[in-house]
Amino acid sequence: MLSSQIKLNQIVFGSCNKDFLEEIIFYGISLGADFVEIFIENTDNSSVLAEEDFITSVSPSFGRGAGIRIFKNKKDGFVSTNDLTKEGLMRSVSQAIEMLDIRDNRNRKVFNGLNKLRDYGLAKKTWIDEVPSIHEISEKLLVSTKSLKKNNKVITRKGSYSRNLQEVIIASSDGTYASDIRLHQTVGLNVIANDAQYRSSGSRRFGSSGMPNEFRIWDHEKAANDVFESSMNMLYADYVDAGQMPVILANKFGGVIFHEACGHLLETTQIERGTTPFENKLNKKIAHESVTAIDEGISEGSFGSLSVDDEGMEPEKSVLIKNGILKKFISDRAGELRTGHKRTGSGRRQNYSFAAASRMRNTYIAKGEHSKEDLINSISDGLYCKSMGGGSVGATGQFNFAVEEGYLIKNGKLTNPVKGATLIGEAKEVMPKISMCGNDLELAPGFCGSISGSVNVTVGQPHIKVDSITVGGR
Amino acid sequence: MNSKEITTQISEAADSLNLKKWDYGASFSNDYSVQVDKGEAKQLKASQKQILTIRVWNDSNLVGITTTSDISESGIQKALNQANIASDFGNKNERTEFSPLAKDPIEVKDSKKRNPVGIKKLLTLLREAEVKLLESHESIKSVPYNGLSESFYERVYANSDGAFRSYTKSQAALYLYARAEEKNKKPRSSGSVKLGYGVEDIDIESCIKDASNKTISHLNYSSIKTDKYLICFSPESFLTIINAFSSMFNARSILDGVSLSNKNSIGEKLSTEALNIYDDGLHEKNISSSPFDGEGTPTKRLCLINKGRLKNFIHSESTARIFKTIPTGHAGLGSKVSVSPDWIVVEKSEENSDLKTSLDYSTYEGEFVYIEELNAIHAGVRASQGSFSLPFDGWLYKNGKKISIESATVAGDFKYLLKNIVNIESNQEVTTSGISPHIWVDELSITGDA
Repeated sequence: MLSSQIKLNQIVFGSCNKDFLEEIIFYGISLGADFVEIFIENTDNSSVLAEEDFITSVSPSFGRGAGIRIFKNKKDGFVSTNDLTKEGLMRSVSQAIEMLDIRDNRNRKVFNGLNKLRDYGLAKKTWIDEVPSIHEISEKLLVSTKSLKKNNKVITRKGSYSRNLQEVIIASSDGTYASDIRLHQTVGLNVIANDAQYRSSGSRRFGSSGMPNEFRIWDHEKAANDVFESSMNMLYADYVDAGQMPVILANKFGGVIFHEACGHLLETTQIERGTTPFENKLNKKIAHESVTAIDEGISEGSFGSLSVDDEGMEPEKSVLIKNGILKKFISDRAGELRTGHKRTGSGRRQNYSFAAASRMRNTYIAKGEHSKEDLINSISDGLYCKSMGGGSVGATGQFNFAVEEGYLIKNGKLTNPVKGATLIGEAKEVMPKISMCGNDLELAPGFCGSISGSVNVTVGQPHIKVDSITVGGR
Repeated sequence: MNSKEITTQISEAADSLNLKKWDYGASFSNDYSVQVDKGEAKQLKASQKQILTIRVWNDSNLVGITTTSDISESGIQKALNQANIASDFGNKNERTEFSPLAKDPIEVKDSKKRNPVGIKKLLTLLREAEVKLLESHESIKSVPYNGLSESFYERVYANSDGAFRSYTKSQAALYLYARAEEKNKKPRSSGSVKLGYGVEDIDIESCIKDASNKTISHLNYSSIKTDKYLICFSPESFLTIINAFSSMFNARSILDGVSLSNKNSIGEKLSTEALNIYDDGLHEKNISSSPFDGEGTPTKRLCLINKGRLKNFIHSESTARIFKTIPTGHAGLGSKVSVSPDWIVVEKSEENSDLKTSLDYSTYEGEFVYIEELNAIHAGVRASQGSFSLPFDGWLYKNGKKISIESATVAGDFKYLLKNIVNIESNQEVTTSGISPHIWVDELSITGDA
């Protein structure tokens, strides 16, 4: 049984709450709000951790809450609460009204009631019964961590799984009325290898959206081999020499750089803050003509896909950059109100306690025409970044990314592994230097933390060549 | 429902399910925050949150856990049931028990709990702060990241053995990050954060001044040549790096094989004899202090490094039992109990004759790099390997002049850094994450664009 089928005061998931929600929205409009939005959430999550050959942690959790957002002109007030009674939600509306100092309700907006419910969760109600049980998960994780034990240099082995099931109801004073059930599963493997004074680590994470069977068909042996090989390749690696050099970024998670360094600057929240150098660059060239970049929420099963965003809009496929020309920004309701850029179905939040904001979904650089070998052959002295770690972007657009697994390129060939490399630059300077895109586009799941919390995303790209970038090292 | 009533409800529900051994941790909070944009309210937020984490022990003394925000009667019942089911998967190799100190007296400081000032007052104060910051220098064009918040919360721990602890607190925070722009130059940004028990305790003027001075000081910048440099860490940046590698002091990390230390590392010489490091969660300057940890163990001051040698590890109940010592008050409640430091205090010991005291941040005239703030910690630190490569904000001091560094990273090994401390200045400064003086380190690699 879905946890949500337990009656939650007066909100009942899986049932029609139309009259109840209309009453709350009407209350907000009658007090003078321009716009009222209610986001109600019910979650049922669990996670499992395997260390070495034992399950060391099983953590179920469940919860419920509501986020109420009121707009007056371009200002908004947001109140979140665990109290889902009518009184509790009305109190939250009153609090938001008071915060915005709304006293005049004479020219009130018209609220014509909610539209017919768009229930995107209809076919998903069985998901909770179809996902693997804790027993099943535990067994597969233990097999996975065992697969990591390939020699005595591996000193730490971990496998982790998490499953998040989220039911949402979204209702707002423009008539929007939608509900959905979302399922995200992730599994990760980590090793630490050690030999005398040498130490390395390797990690990979896999994830899916929807698809309750995905964990069952996950190829743990292949994943374990990949993680093990990465840690062994890096165990005796020397530190990279710092300097400016051409770089090849691998496909899949290599796309994290585009996500962090450029993607965030194309969110309307950055225009609102005045922190993007691309604000006035629509239809202008911001990247090399070989670059086309896309953000979408519709690829089946991808970690950043969704049937409906957290503001009740179906996600669209947004071509952000086409052949180097900036074509679109990623926008949510507040972004459209404050910047004029049309919503793209990108209003997202971690949970009810965050107001939605313009956020990326599945974001990637489109494939080009070159093979990976073409790219490597074009460099006489540079760096191949096979696996990227995390990174960050500063308030002025400077980014910094750790290279988890790197190799020197000498005369068009991959040579020695190197560690300690960091890529440093600024999006507006680096984007024009992406001169070659490979034909091997692949996506990888990840979590993106920003103004509206941590959300599931996909990053991706084919292999790409950056003509010159600062590589930090020793 | 208050925390006593919740405890009674959990006890009764556990009885009805025949669960004899349980404990729980809970937090209840009300938070209010505002952001502004050029004088206009941007987003105003309020939240009421409740989180309950329940552990139960089954007949085989294995532990299961569940976390929920639903503290209705049915929610508590369900949480106990789920925890009981999860206990079938409890860790047989590392048993968890109640902390033996969960009923010891706790040191409750004067809580200095403040009353809410309300959203309108927060908004007025932040608007005024934004205006003053914008007016402080013609180059400061915006304050893109700003916020003023106040929180009021209660934390509770109780168990079936009769332990019960709770405390209530208030906390306020102000952050102002300004962006400066000048013609034909890259935009520069910097800021300041201030904490207080309540909004009235926050020195808003000093936050404005700090944010303005720091931002302006970076207006004239230059790239730096890649090389090894003498480094002076600001108190804030040194505490950042100590916290990033705190797994070195963490018994949980040692057991998990992700620490630079091992069980036998106590007594190991890590640094100059002049270095003392403590964890002191109850320090009077720690606004976020908590009198007990997630397992109900009292918080206390603990020496981590004494005269350059590793002195103690931080523990939870289970790690302490394995190490044959007592819990130190650093546990976080979870299926796998986490361990983390509270509030780091760095100081110069009495054995400081080997220090190069001529290295004084305010008077030294030789060449050095001053690291004001380290960034991207989550990406640039490999705690299990001891290495780091981090971007930073700072200056190059040369020939009696200082110039802001445009874009650079500092890289090295943490153990090397500790071993190469050449001066610990006398004056300690209070930051939002602990207390430290300026620390000088010889020969760390800097990568720049020059």
